Amino acid sequence: MAAVRPAGDFDRSYEQDMGVMRKPWHAWLTLVAILVVVAIPLANNFLPASALSTHAYIVSTANQIAYTIIALQGLNILTGLTGQISLGQAAFMLVGGYVSGLAMTYWGFPIFVTVPLAGLGTGLFGLLFGLPSLRVKGFYLAMATLAAQFIIPWMSRNLWDDYLGGTSGFIEVPSPVLLGYEFSEVSRFFYISFAFLLLTTLISINIKRTRLGRAFISIRDNDLAAELLGVNLFGYKLRAFFLAAAFAGMAGALKAHTQRGIGTEFGYALDESIIFLGMLVIGGLGTNLGPYFGAIFVILLEDVALSMGAYFAGVFPEQAAALETSFRPIFFGVMLMLFLIFEPRGVAHRWELIKAAWRIRPFAR
Amino acid sequence: MNWVLVPQQLINGLLNGGTLALIALGIVLIYKSSEVFNFAHGHMVMVGAYMTWWFAGGSGGEGALIDLPFWAASIAALIFAILLGLLIERLVLRPMTGQPLLSIVLVTLGIAQLFEGLTTVFFGTEPKSNFPAPFAPTDVFVIPVPPINGQSIVFFDQLRVPHARLAAFIVALLAAVIFILFFQYTNIGLSMRATSEDHELAQSVGIRVNRVFGMSWAIAGIIATLGGILLATISGVSLNIFTVALVAFPAILLGGLESLGGAILGGISVGLVQALVQASKFPEVRNSSDIAPYVLLLIVLVLRPEGLFGQKRIERI
Repeated sequence: MAAVRPAGDFDRSYEQDMGVMRKPWHAWLTLVAILVVVAIPLANNFLPASALSTHAYIVSTANQIAYTIIALQGLNILTGLTGQISLGQAAFMLVGGYVSGLAMTYWGFPIFVTVPLAGLGTGLFGLLFGLPSLRVKGFYLAMATLAAQFIIPWMSRNLWDDYLGGTSGFIEVPSPVLLGYEFSEVSRFFYISFAFLLLTTLISINIKRTRLGRAFISIRDNDLAAELLGVNLFGYKLRAFFLAAAFAGMAGALKAHTQRGIGTEFGYALDESIIFLGMLVIGGLGTNLGPYFGAIFVILLEDVALSMGAYFAGVFPEQAAALETSFRPIFFGVMLMLFLIFEPRGVAHRWELIKAAWRIRPFAR
Repeated sequence: MNWVLVPQQLINGLLNGGTLALIALGIVLIYKSSEVFNFAHGHMVMVGAYMTWWFAGGSGGEGALIDLPFWAASIAALIFAILLGLLIERLVLRPMTGQPLLSIVLVTLGIAQLFEGLTTVFFGTEPKSNFPAPFAPTDVFVIPVPPINGQSIVFFDQLRVPHARLAAFIVALLAAVIFILFFQYTNIGLSMRATSEDHELAQSVGIRVNRVFGMSWAIAGIIATLGGILLATISGVSLNIFTVALVAFPAILLGGLESLGGAILGGISVGLVQALVQASKFPEVRNSSDIAPYVLLLIVLVLRPEGLFGQKRIERI
């Protein structure tokens, strides 16, 4: 979209100019990519038994990446496009998980109803915290979402014990059943996450290139100028906040069904919200590819950190507990600082540079 | 409200609020001089507490590398904090000059994560109970309260003021007052205030802005470490110490982002709110003392976003 096209790359029809996929090979590439991703969980039928644990790891990580990307796409709308800092994305995931889990447990709705319902419910819930904070901006909004990040998990622990789990910290969430087919294994559930990921990707691409996204970007770039141009600041910030919370809710619902439980026992604390922000910055703020790059990069980095921690814990067994948990924040903190200092536009920007260099080969350095 | 508990809770809240005020002051100081919201302040508090504990030889009886008395360990930790503050400013914040607010907030969050990990690597995850505090938890001033009309108005007929908390309160307020006087009446303080008004203007009248930034981070390090030592004398050293800075943010917003005095008042108010909530009759309300500061924060944002003493320059929509 905003990427500068090389000379000679014209749109030859109105449909091409307006299309998400401007050329046939874009569509073909997307189709191939989708087919490859769909094939990944099925590969366990053809693998030797020794590779099955690796395969299970790949599928569960892919599932984690899928729902993380959805949460990041929501945060990208609020932080990347509208320029408002949110420190509460993980707490909104908690809300979404509860909405979806309770709707499925008590009303028996199918997954393709409960996840959008979780999005809607979380979006409306997020507005509760959005309303006081939208009169202010910058740091103040960060504070209001920080309040949400503490108040929501507290509610889950202390209010309505019968429904939210109370002091035990979690409730069980059923695994979804669709057409008599139970999505209990993560290799099956991955398809649901992936389907929603495709949906939210389509939504976020289209938000960015329509009136809504342009209004968001104008607020980010200069809110006073945006208001002078007729952008209703309050209304559009509220919409950005709603969308961010709604995406977080859908992501939380998918995570809850994957883990078959929802509650503070499973995390959803402040550090997760911080990691979401970090992922977004590392991936590239305000870009469509940013959430993808950020989630993949940071989740794989965390897995590397965990395995390194486990390795060192084996070498120094007397400090095992400290080593197992400490590499993750160190890796993340250092990587976040390095990206902010040396590549503040994230991996997505680097990707654009690589594409540009590929186009003018062999002249690029 | 469970009235018999209120006087004791007022004392507890006031004493806790003192330390909170000192920590809030550190964040406001950084914000005033360099417009950075330091989310790593709590982790600087934590590092300060751990370093004091380590310099005092807490890491292991006989084999301890360094085994200083409490006062010397505190001074060593304060010097370490100055170096740490300068290092953060030079290596992390200076390359970020001119970046948007979001990036700078995020970089302090990155520092926080790094500190958390490094502290865990060096000092382990389990809380340390052998902090060389000058007061034992049993050292308590007991203020007897005579019954009024034959009825005791206070639980247990007495008010309890632990030495450690009282000392922490006094030290915190003293330090806060010293820093405010420093900010108001010394040349360095004056140059800091000038820098907080306008970086370029300060530079053009001959103030070395970079040096001022370094100075304010060093001072913030001192304040954080002092807060860490005070917290550690009350409750020992653990990885959870940093959470107190998260409670300091509501205190700052209540007092006003630009006001040093407001930070102190805000800190004490938040301490009081947290304590008074615990005096409630309803268990749900009592449990909410963790989130009471954030509820207060939302109320402040709705009613008076600039805080009690902040500059009224937030643009309303």
